[in-house]
Amino acid sequence: MRTITYRDALREAMREEMRRDEKVFIMGEDVVGYGGTYAVTKDLDKEFTEKRVIDTPLAEEVIVATAIGAAMGGLRPIAELMTMNFSLLASDQIVNTAAKTRYMFGGQTKIPMVIRMPAGGGAQRGAQHSQTFESWYAHVPGLKVVMPATPYDAKGMLKSAVRDDDPVLFIEHELLYGIKGEVPDEGVEYTVPLNRGEIRREGRDVSLITFSRMVHVCLQAAEELAKEGIEAEVIDMRSIRPLDLDLALDSVKKTNRAVIVEEGWKYYGTGQGIAALMYEYAFDWMDAPIQHVTGVDVPMPYAKNLERAALPARSDVLKAVRAIVPQKVRV
Amino acid sequence: MAIRQVALAGLSREQLLSMFEEMLLIRRFEEKAAEEYTLGKIGGFMHLYIGQEALGVGAIATLRKEDKVISHYREHGHAISKGMPPRQVMAELFGRIGGCSKGKGGSMHMHDENIGMLGGYAIVGAQIVLACGLAFAAKYQNQDHIIMCFFGDGAVDEGAFHEGLNLASLWKLPVVYICENNQYSMGMSVQKAWAVPDLKNRAAAYAMPYEKVDGMDLIAVYEACKRAVERARKGEGPTLLECMTYRFRGHSMADPVNYRPRDEADRWKASQDPINLFLEKLREAKLIQDDDLKAMEDRVDQIVQDAVEFADASPEPPLEELYTDVMIGDANAIAWRYPKN
Repeated sequence: MRTITYRDALREAMREEMRRDEKVFIMGEDVVGYGGTYAVTKDLDKEFTEKRVIDTPLAEEVIVATAIGAAMGGLRPIAELMTMNFSLLASDQIVNTAAKTRYMFGGQTKIPMVIRMPAGGGAQRGAQHSQTFESWYAHVPGLKVVMPATPYDAKGMLKSAVRDDDPVLFIEHELLYGIKGEVPDEGVEYTVPLNRGEIRREGRDVSLITFSRMVHVCLQAAEELAKEGIEAEVIDMRSIRPLDLDLALDSVKKTNRAVIVEEGWKYYGTGQGIAALMYEYAFDWMDAPIQHVTGVDVPMPYAKNLERAALPARSDVLKAVRAIVPQKVRV
Repeated sequence: MAIRQVALAGLSREQLLSMFEEMLLIRRFEEKAAEEYTLGKIGGFMHLYIGQEALGVGAIATLRKEDKVISHYREHGHAISKGMPPRQVMAELFGRIGGCSKGKGGSMHMHDENIGMLGGYAIVGAQIVLACGLAFAAKYQNQDHIIMCFFGDGAVDEGAFHEGLNLASLWKLPVVYICENNQYSMGMSVQKAWAVPDLKNRAAAYAMPYEKVDGMDLIAVYEACKRAVERARKGEGPTLLECMTYRFRGHSMADPVNYRPRDEADRWKASQDPINLFLEKLREAKLIQDDDLKAMEDRVDQIVQDAVEFADASPEPPLEELYTDVMIGDANAIAWRYPKN
């Protein structure tokens, strides 16, 4: 299989879906000439013209509302927001319209819309450009929230999202755009479901439950743990809502220990939600308290050293694992 | 006679009487709804359109069946005018399965996809930006229906007004924006909220044609809307109509209306009631007799009575409805109910 970047995988997904279905179009700030903030939509206007790749004013609420209205009107929009940080300006439309109209209109409306947005820290973008709000949106019934970690999933899940009849928030970690991974050739059809997690590495001693960029941090940690004789199982949840809880529960029922790793803040976040469900449904299988590795509970600092300290790292994962995996299983 | 024809917008007697009857129906329907609310049959917030009927009726009369209406939460009148059976509106108010949204929406969310009544929205201004998307979809797919978007003077204060009008004008979207300026956003008067006295300059800021309309005059509303609808349908883009009106009741059923002088409301009711004004016109043009009026009153009363009986007889939504209609594709995407062993 060939190797391409996460960015190229996303672009291919959109190109294939737009070729497949006239109703699919892209809209957002600077998606044409600029090619999107992270060059994901670069040159797509050349094939599909500005009828289907559309620059919008810098106005998040109307971008999202136009996507919602267009979806209600029979189209399949892919709206790009420059960053998830700006999604808060459109959060009313996401939470109050996209998530609710189907229910409050008794099942009459359908909003097959995708909102793509970069998120996350690690590039010294400071307090207002480094956040990740998946837990905020995943809290809301009526939405799907996904965060692929690999180029293969980026393409396969974006294709699924475009075909999905419900509104999907598609969150791309900014530091993942350049990573490379194996992806089938362009035109070779595959999709990845939006409701299944994936075991990235099997192990018997501890479950590392994670998603997005932290999958890679956990895989590195697992390598190092293996040297100590600890076999960590790395579970990429990849969809925050719907959550593949079975996968996480099956894993912890096997390993009896869990460390949840995420970049977001600790309080009331995704990890706490998963931990609560695991306690609710798998308490009897647990030999140790769940550990939770998160971003530090502060606004993101700019200084390089402070930002590094604010983000979860391999060493944090190792420390958490060592705290709950007893010596005797270490050989 | 010829002059009178012009004054009544070239509409046939039949059309004029039917518009009058519709206003009357909406008035009586809501008076009844207010009674039922007081009896505890209707819950939550309920915002009455009483006093503003000429607006919805006059505006929607200019639309084709396939055109869409998107509105605010004071939308019972729009729903009825767009063709929703009063039975369905009342059953929705009662929270019954026979309501337009199976009783899951309530007073503020009247919706029927089949007649192009695309909802009351209860977040102020949301429909202004959603109209952009609906209109964009029509344009993208070369459909020739247009979108009529109602909002109140309060919605003008929201950022959505700016974002939506700019985009609609920039993209020449087929929308008719109708501000129902009833002069109070809840209790806040327009004079206290707006830096400019009306929307003329704001429309100019978006290069959008603007008309200020007497919203109590059914014919004036009809004629202004007709011009705006034609523009939209010809691909010439959106229009902003500011229709001056007055709600005779409180903001919602819970509002004691102590922020505006009582004689102000009395004055409006006495001299500007849109139903009385239009009745005078019809009488002046000798288009209506007392017998016609009596027959109309009877028909309307019967429809309202039937709506209440239908709503009363309609069952509550079954409990399974609690979990339906959240998502289309994936049951697990809603609240996980994992089997405990």
